[in-house]
This record gives sequence, structure tokens and C-alpha cells, in this order.
Amino acid sequence: MNTRALPLYATVVIFLLAYLLCWLQFPNILSTRVIGNLLTDNAYLGIVAVGMTLVILSGGIDLSVGSVIAFSGVFIAVILRETSLHPLVVFALLLALTTAFGAAMGFLIDRLAMPAFIVTLAGMFLARGAAYMLSIDSVPIAHPFYKTLQSAYWLMPGKGRLALIGVVMLLTVLAGMVVAHKTRFGASVYALGGGEATARLMGVRQGRTTMLVYAFSGLMAGLSGIVFSVYTGSGYSLATVGTELTAIAAVVIGGTLLTGGAGYMFGTLVGVLTMGLIQTYIVFDGTLSSWWTKIVIGVLLLVFILLQKGLLKLSRDRLGGQG
Amino acid sequence: MSLLKRIAPQLIALALLVALVTVFYPGFLKLDLSGGRLVGPMIDVLKRGAPVALLAVGMTLVIATRGIDLSVGTTMAICGAVAAWAVAGGWGLVPALLLALAAGALAGLWNGLLVAVVGIQPFVATLILMTMGRGIAQLITEGRILTFNHAGFAFLGSGTLLGLPVPAWLWLACGLGMAALMRRTALGLLVEAIGINRRASALAGVNATVLLIAVYVVSGLCAALAGIVVTADIRGADANNAGLWLELDAILAVVIGGNSLLGGRFSIIASLLGALIIQTIDTGILLAGFPSEYNLVIKAGLVLVILVLQSPRIAGEWRLWRDSHRASREARAAQRSRT
Repeated sequence: MNTRALPLYATVVIFLLAYLLCWLQFPNILSTRVIGNLLTDNAYLGIVAVGMTLVILSGGIDLSVGSVIAFSGVFIAVILRETSLHPLVVFALLLALTTAFGAAMGFLIDRLAMPAFIVTLAGMFLARGAAYMLSIDSVPIAHPFYKTLQSAYWLMPGKGRLALIGVVMLLTVLAGMVVAHKTRFGASVYALGGGEATARLMGVRQGRTTMLVYAFSGLMAGLSGIVFSVYTGSGYSLATVGTELTAIAAVVIGGTLLTGGAGYMFGTLVGVLTMGLIQTYIVFDGTLSSWWTKIVIGVLLLVFILLQKGLLKLSRDRLGGQG
Repeated sequence: MSLLKRIAPQLIALALLVALVTVFYPGFLKLDLSGGRLVGPMIDVLKRGAPVALLAVGMTLVIATRGIDLSVGTTMAICGAVAAWAVAGGWGLVPALLLALAAGALAGLWNGLLVAVVGIQPFVATLILMTMGRGIAQLITEGRILTFNHAGFAFLGSGTLLGLPVPAWLWLACGLGMAALMRRTALGLLVEAIGINRRASALAGVNATVLLIAVYVVSGLCAALAGIVVTADIRGADANNAGLWLELDAILAVVIGGNSLLGGRFSIIASLLGALIIQTIDTGILLAGFPSEYNLVIKAGLVLVILVLQSPRIAGEWRLWRDSHRASREARAAQRSRT
């Protein structure tokens, strides 16, 4: 059996088991309404986790995404308030901006040869500070186009609503799967995460790949910001503090190796849904406090990191036995 | 003398910064003695900088071992909550403080075990507590802001001793004490050895595993002290906001102090100066009347400058350029002397 896929299987099994347990207690949790809400509520997280998966696969980390999401919301809200531009034009502007921002961070990481987490930490400060400078207050978005976006949904059997942003999330995951698993760029990313020296010897253009990876993460953070602004109908510079940690946790619970080089995009979707399920369960239960979410996510994080550690040791032992 | 040379860049930066703030706000250097205590913006910097300075002491050691401790902010929240819970429950001051310190040590022990024994990268290992910690703190405070009324405990946060605020004394004592412990004994050298090459230092007879765990425990204890100061200052434990973002400020302080993120040589005094620089920026922006929104952007710029200065690649290219420049100049000089 492929040991690399083991964390993915574990993720799927844990998700299904958790769902089964929830279902035994609350049969309603299997309704399409709950599933629709699960997708809608976690849409922005799912999108940003796709970008984070690619970054982690390449052996890096991107701490700036939470701030970029907040910046995106404020940027959209302020531009829509001040000008008469159509939201679609603003979206295009924003995506170009966040992609360039990500690319700049990637460039610095490669050129300065410094740890990714400290460079993206500076990016985190910068994006959050830029959001503060645009507006400290929560800015409502009143454009009629937003109303259309918010009320767009597809009615599933059982009266569940699959909202537009949920569909965007699923499509993004699909696109992420294609990029990671089916393109030359994706292969370069895996190679880079497996080991920089080997990747260079294989002919991977390290600088270009690093830049593209962070540009992709910036693009996803921008898209996630758009989705988040549709979801909340406003832009607020203090929103989504700590989302980068939640996204990293989702990626790890989804079975991607934090050291890079191994993992699956699909696992990230399952990781996001697992975290959403924990929250849904707490809402259904009604007596548990919401801070249990953090503790359970932390425990899951620990379990998966230990699992990965064990698997790494297992595969290394096997390689050693062969040689 | 070598110490002075080591901390000269930080001292110069701090002096320039103070001069800059004074230009915008002339009253910055003013010191008054009122009712047996010094008051003035600079004393305020000393007091408000206490949490970051305390965290920076532990963080310096962790970074010197080539690690990082992302959990200090949440550890602050946990320890503050424990202390407030114990004081509000009528345990008395000393048991409450001991309990809070024990909680910090426990958090550090947890991180240390994950890093040194299980072998998880420090960044990931401390991330676990960072995600969980606020949940644990909220569990202790039951989601409320846990307030208390205890003059002795509040003294730690807002009292005055010999003219200076108590938090300032705390971080000065903690920082200088730790620096003396590291430099008067071989401990500092051993910590640096682990940061440069853990395997080699272990082979040379350093008990790297125990020392690594101890370093994280120290970081947890420093976080506990910082949490106690913050909680005592506002007379309440706020599980959501206590220590929020402070891990980043602490890392920034260490890096401004000229300590390499890649481990090895460290200076606690320089990190303390780094913490003072950060606090002077924070206070200076407020006093000079700039909106505090500029704060984060300035910090981002600061990190960027330090990154360029520390970058091994830039340093290598600069050395290459300098050497080739010197070589060509010497070649020219040699040619000239021949003709």
C-alpha cells in the first residue's frame, strides 16, 4: 500500500466516523440543509486552504493570508463606496493586487534565502496595516450586485441550499487538484518540497516556482477575501484574525506533510469539512461552549502530526531495510 | 567592551528613534518626580514594554537553539487566567503566582518534549499550543473576563517600587539575571552549540535533549510572568485578548536585537533593547499624534530591513562584490607600481 496516501485515508475515515457519531446523536445532521450550510460557512476557509496546501507542499508557509482576506474585504468595500466601479472590475483589481503581493513575498523568500514564515510575517503586518489605513470601521457593502451574489443558490433535494460561494469553493478545490496533480508546475512544487537540492538537480527552476507558489496563495487569499465579503456583506479590517492558523490546521488534518513534498489537495477539502463538522456539532449540541472547537482542532492537529512523524519513520526504516 | 560593541547598533537605533520622537513630541524626554515616583513618557515605555521584554528573554534562548516559540502569547493568556482564577478564588497571592508559573512551566515542558523528544519542528510543535491555548484559557475563565480585587496582585502590574513601575523592575531583573546566568556560566555557550549543530553538540557531550526542554520551559516561565503582569495591570484575565500578537512582537524584538533566526550566537541585552525599540515606536506614534494604524506598516518595513541585513545570500553577494573590488584595486595598484 502507498504509505504516502495513508494520512489521506485516515482523514477520510475520521471524517466519516465523526459524521456517523454526529448522525447517531442528531439524525438531522445528514440533511442537505446542514451540508449546504457546511459548504457555505466554510467557503472562504476552503479557498484559502487550497492556496495554503500548495505553499506547504512546496515546503513553505504563508502566514499573511488572514490579513490579506481582511484587506480584500476592506479594499472592496471602500472602493465600492468611493467610486462607481462595477464590483467585477474591483474583483479583478483586487485579485491582481493580492497576486502581485504574493509574488513579491515569494521573490523575497527566494532572493533573500530567509525562512518563509518570517517573510510572510512581514507580509501579515503589511496587509493588516494597509487594511487599517483604508478604514478602521466596518464598512457595509450596499451594491445591488452583492445582493444578487448573496441570494444566488441552487436548491438541492431536501430543501438544502447550495449557495454560490459554496460552489466557488468546490470549483477552487477542483482547480487546485488540477494544478497540483496534473501540471508541470505542480510536479515542480512537489519536487521543491521534497528537497531543494534534489529539485535543482532535476531541473526545477527554484526561484520561479517559489514566486509562483506564493503568487497562487495570494490569488487564493484574494478570492477568499471576495467570498468572505459576499458572506458577511461588509469589509472589516479586524476580521479573520488567525485564519492562517486555521488554514494550516485544515491542511495538516487533510493529510499534507508539514515538511512539504507529500499530500493531496482533496485531503484539504476533507480537513476543512472536518473542522466545519466540529463547529456544527457544537451548535447542534447547544451546551458545549464554542472554545471547545479550538481545543478539539488542536488535538486533531497533534494526532495528525504524530501520525505523519510515525509514517515518515516507517518509510525511512523500510528504505533502510532495502538498502 | 565587546558587549558595548555588540549592542552598539541597537543603542544607536534607539537613540535615533528617541531623537525622532522628540522632534515630533518635544515632551518625550521630560521626567517628573511626583509623590515618590518618576513619571514621563520614557517611564511609560519602560512599563508598557514589560510584556514584550519578558517574552523576548525566553524567545532569545529558544531562537538561539534554532527554534521558535509561537505559543508564548497564548501561554500568557493561560497563565493570566490561572492567576486571576486563583486570586479570585481566595487562594492568596503567593499560591496564585506559583500556580501561574507552574502553568507556564507546564506549557514550556509540553513544547520542549514535542521538540526535543518527539522531534517535531519547533514552528509546528508550538503551533499546536498556539491553536489550543486560547480555548484552554477560555475554559478557565469560562468565557468571561475574570476580574478580581486584590491590592497585592494589582501591585505587580501597576505599582511603583523605588520610583520605577514594578513591571519595569520585573523585566530588568529577569533579563539581567538570565543574561548573567548565561554568560557567567557555560550555559550560554552550550545553548549556542545546540543552535549551531545539535548533533555535533550532542556528540561532544552536551545533553542537548534536556537543555532544549529547559530552554522551552524558560520561555514558558517568561510568558507566565508576562501574563501575570498584564493580568495584574488590567485587574482581570481576558482570555481572548491577553497576549494577542505578542509572540510576533517578541520575535521581532529578538531579531531587532541582531540575533540570527538561524540559531547560534545570542545576546539577551540586545533583545531587551529590541523590545524597547518596539515600544518606543508604539508609544512614539501615539504621542506624535499619528494614527496607530501606521504601527503595523512600520513594523513590516522594519522586518523587511532586518531581513535584508540578515540574509545569508545578500551577505554572500556583498562579500563577493567587496572581494572582487578589492582584488581588482590591488591588481591595478600592482600594475601601477610595476610601471
